[in-house]
Order: sequence, then structure tokens, then C-alpha cells
Amino acid sequence: MGQQVLNGIFLGSIYALFAVGYTLVFGVLDILNLAHQAVFMLAAFIALALVADAHFTLWLALPAAVLAGGLIGIVLERLAFRPLRGRADSNISGLISSLAMATVFEAIALEIFGPDISRFPQGTFPDRVIHLGGATASLLQLCIVGISVVLMAALTLLLARTRLGRQIRAVAENPRAARILGVNVDRAIAVAFFLSSALGGAAGVLFGLAFNSISPDIGRAVELKGLAVIILGGMGSIPGAVIAGFALGMVEVFTVAYLGSSFRDAVSFAVLFLVLVARPHGLFGRAAAREA
Amino acid sequence: MGLWRWSLSLVLFLLAAACKDKGAQPPESGAGGGGGGGAVFGAALSLTGAAASYGAQQRAGIQAAVDEVNGGGQTKVSVLFEDDASTKEQGITVFQKFINRDKVSAIIGPTLSNTASAADPLAQQAKVPVLGISNTAATGITDIGNYIWRDSLTEAQVIPGAFKKAQEKLHFKTAGILYGNDDVFTKAGYDVMQKALQDLGVKVLGTQTFAKPDRDYNAQLTELMAAKPDVLVVSALADNASAIVAQARQRGWTGPILGGNGFNSPAFIKNAGPAADGVMVGTSWNSLSQDPANQKFLAAMKKAGVNPDQFSAQAYTGVLILAEAIKQSGGKSGREDIEAGLGKVKDLDTPLGKFSFTPNRDAQHEPSVQQVKDGKFQIVQ
Repeated sequence: MGQQVLNGIFLGSIYALFAVGYTLVFGVLDILNLAHQAVFMLAAFIALALVADAHFTLWLALPAAVLAGGLIGIVLERLAFRPLRGRADSNISGLISSLAMATVFEAIALEIFGPDISRFPQGTFPDRVIHLGGATASLLQLCIVGISVVLMAALTLLLARTRLGRQIRAVAENPRAARILGVNVDRAIAVAFFLSSALGGAAGVLFGLAFNSISPDIGRAVELKGLAVIILGGMGSIPGAVIAGFALGMVEVFTVAYLGSSFRDAVSFAVLFLVLVARPHGLFGRAAAREA
Repeated sequence: MGLWRWSLSLVLFLLAAACKDKGAQPPESGAGGGGGGGAVFGAALSLTGAAASYGAQQRAGIQAAVDEVNGGGQTKVSVLFEDDASTKEQGITVFQKFINRDKVSAIIGPTLSNTASAADPLAQQAKVPVLGISNTAATGITDIGNYIWRDSLTEAQVIPGAFKKAQEKLHFKTAGILYGNDDVFTKAGYDVMQKALQDLGVKVLGTQTFAKPDRDYNAQLTELMAAKPDVLVVSALADNASAIVAQARQRGWTGPILGGNGFNSPAFIKNAGPAADGVMVGTSWNSLSQDPANQKFLAAMKKAGVNPDQFSAQAYTGVLILAEAIKQSGGKSGREDIEAGLGKVKDLDTPLGKFSFTPNRDAQHEPSVQQVKDGKFQIVQ
């Protein structure tokens, strides 16, 4: 029982980290960035290449891959979103162009890394098992939970306390008003994409380390989960995404353990459905009144 | 503005490259292509997707056997390779191409039983012989019809013997089972394993499932290990298998692990690393066999720079069998000639041993058991 709770927290921390970036872009642009999962995958591969081929230590490769994820996010924004901004139908066309970018990123990964599952070399991370009461966790798992929580806290602080964070929030609230007040809207959006993709990339690296199997399609495994998490948490809400991420991880682990793996997605989405019936804007979502 | 034009065209170029990559691979013919009168076979292999690690091995085995047959005597063969992408849908498309467009004499493959169950009926209907080289699901393959053959032993033929031998060595009395329930092959493997354990008087303390795209098995392993079984029994394809074994060891499982046919791949050991040590699995290919046919196969694989395994051995054997079928029907290589010839194959010398078909067109030869030791499969004597 205690062990399963631990498994749930562990899985949930990765879902939450992935979803936080996902929801940040949605909050700012009102557009779903479907290439988020591809950035997740590319960052995992970049970390793998740095460790396996360039012989970086993990503690160097992780921040490097996160930075690379952020830079990919900026490229993504430039190519897939900025050219469409200001069009009447930019929500739908942005959705589609991000889907196209996801396909391109996957194809690039397929070309460079091949279709097989790749793994971090043995000994990338020390193999230590830690006993917590009756349960056990590996050092790796604890580090993953720790890194996720620290990154999510850092993002929350950045948005709440810094000038940059205020600008991003202002753009999210009303881009035109923000522009009139002197905010560089394009820059704020680019920064939001950088942060979002960096966190998505971090989630990818941690996912790759945790389950030690990286392939060009790993993003698909978390894509739908991430979507469920941000809907559950309330579109655009960062604390909502964190809590919903952990909740989904927990629900999945207990469903697999006690009902069987075939029921996992059915139960997860049933929970999502029930929450939406009770709270149409998700756990922490705001009504769309601010548009007025 | 120029920069954006440029990046747009780059994106389009990459998209085009992606589409090209996912499409059909250009057919590669073996020696003597260009319609030199030899028989043309189609090989539907999983070169991408979940079973890609097997597909690459099979392709190497087939290529080596084609060279061997063409270098040997009067029979000339060539093989067209297509990727079934480890899916039913793509497998059906490839079969249709082989049957209607390429008009091949016989089809080799597809890699997965799951794909075979969907694609083989097309060949049966068109009366094109199919020789499965890795389909090991106990039922639902050769039952499709009289044009479907295979040279791969079923799980039902390999697992009971393997488990018996394992129990003699390890003396286990209880087991926990983990299997993939979304795949014909891993599900069929589970059925056989459960029956084999029952016959040996082993008590099953827990059963858990997973799906092919899963990466996290901690929930299942936690549940199974909580019941403290003597041995962990796993029915999975190689990619899942290596992750399961690695996560089990990470969770602190030090006991033995018995695997199904999906474990029979160098990719499994490579990916699971030291965690693979002690894993035991039944196999239809004895790598240590001193038979001349096996030595010839090993030499051919060494020359090709490929690490041989059961899958390349079975693929290699498949081509030998089809060549023998042509020989049996007097050198004619029409679809009906090969179908008739396959029925006459008996005690053929292959890397798998003396090979014959059962009356149900399944494979018949001796299985073995192997265990991972120091990163290598070693035959358990």
C-alpha cells in the first residue's frame, strides 16, 4: 500500500512537470501546443546523446538538455505560432501547425536515433535503494520527485514575483492591454514558450531516466495524460496542473495494481469526466468571464 | 522575410523527408534480380515499431540464406523486403502489395503473430503460400488455412519443456506472473505458461498485466513482489521484457525470472544490461549445435557482422525450406508448386536441427533451454 503511494507520487511528479509547461502556454496563448510532447521526447534524446556519446555526467547533461528543450520551444514558437498570430482562426491553425511540428520532430528523431528503444548506459545514475518505512524507493526516484517539485516551485515563484512573470501574466490576461502598457508581447510569449518547453524537456529527461527506455514515440504516452491533467486542473492553472498530475499518477497506479492494466485509461478518463461534470472548468479553472 | 521563406521551405523539406521515411522502402532484391527466372519471395518484416529488434535480425538471416542458396546450386531465389511496422494495418497493406502487385511465389513473415492473424487470411484467400518464421502463438496462425506454414516452434512446444528444466535447477514452488494482454503472442504465451506451471504443481500467487506502449511497471511489480513468489514469470516482447527485468531488479527482486520467446533476442540482453543475468528462457535454436548446417549459418552471420539469434536462425531456415520446396516440385516455383513442395519437406538439415512439418503445417524439431550469464545466452545442458 505504502509502496503503491510512493509509485503514484513518482509517476505523478513526471505527469505534473509535463503538464505545468503544457498549461503555461495554454494560459498565455489559449492555444494547445501539441508539439509539447515532441519537445519532451527530443530533450530525452539530447540528454541521452550527451551522456552516451559525449560522456557528460548526468548533472551536466540534464541542465544542458533542459536548456536545449527551451531553445527548441523558441524555435517552435517562431515557426509554428508567430506567423499565424493575429489571424482570426489562429487557435485552430496553431493547433494544426504544432501538430505538424510534432511530426517533424518525431521524424528527425527517427532519422537520427532510429526506431529502436534507446537507453542510458549502465551506471549513469548510482543504483541505490532507500528504505522508507515498509516501502523502498531508488535514489533515482527520489531525485526525480525532488527535481520536479523544485522546478515547479521555481516556475510558480518566477511567475508570481518577478517582472518577467508579471509580464507573462499580463499577456495572458489581455495581450492588447499589455502591449499598450509597454509590455513586449512577442518577447513575453517567446519566454513563456522557453519556460514551457524547458519544463517539458526536463520531464522528458526524467521520464527517460526513470523508465530507461527512450524512443521517438515516447511523447505519445504522456500527450493524452498531459491533456487530461491540464483539463482536470483547469486550463491554464499551474497549481491545478500540479495537483491533477499527482492525482492522475496515483489513480493510474492503484488502477493497475488492483483492477488490471486494461482499466487504467478507462478509470483515469472516467475520473476526468466526473470532475468535469461537477466542475466544468476543472479543479482550479476560472470561468471564461475575463474575456468580457 | 527571406528568413521565414527559407525556414518554411526547410519545414516542408523535413516533412517530405518524414513521409518518405515512413513509406515503403525500396525493394531490395537478392542476387540475380531483374527477372533471371528465379523464384521471387516477399518478406514482410517488422523493421520499425515495437518488434523492430526482431525484424533486423530476420532480414540479416534471410539475406544470408539467399546468398547461400544462390551460391549453391540450380535453384535461384530473390526476396523483396517490406516493413510491416509491427502493426496489423501495415501488415495487410504489405501482403496486398506482395499478392497483387509483385505477384510473389510465396510470402515470408510477418514478424508478429498479431500481424499474421490479420494478414495471413488474405494470402489464404489468394492461395499464396505463407511461411511464418517467428509466429509462435499456439493457435490462430496455421489454423487460418492450408496455405499457412511456419518454421517457428509454438510457445506450447517450447515453454513446458523449458519450465520443467528450470524447475529441476531452481526448485521453485510458487510464481508471480506478468504478461502483456494486448498482443496475441504475449497473451498466448501466458496461457501456455499458466498451464505449464499448473502441470508442474507450481502455485500462482498473483497475476498482473500490461500493454505494449507501457513504460512503467512499478505498480504491477510492487503487487507481485508483495506476494513473495519463488520465481517471476514474464510473457513480453523484447522491448517490454528488458524494461520489466530492469525495473524488477531496481525494485530489489533478486530471484529468478522465467521468460517467454520474446526474451530470445540479443537486444533484450543489451537493453536490460546486468539485470538480465539469471533470466531463463526456452529457445528453438541451440546456438552451440555442432551440426554442419548450424556452423554454416554461424559463419554466414559472422561474415555479415550480425550477432546471430533464434530469429535470424529461423529466418535463415525459412529460405532454406522454400528452396527445398522448389527442389521437391522439380524446380518449378509457381505458388501451387511451392505449396505442394512444402508438404514434402522432411528431415531437412537446418540451423534449427532436422526440420519437418507437423500434419498441421507447424514446425517440428528439438527445443533447448538457455540462461543469461555474464551478458550472454548460454545453453543449459
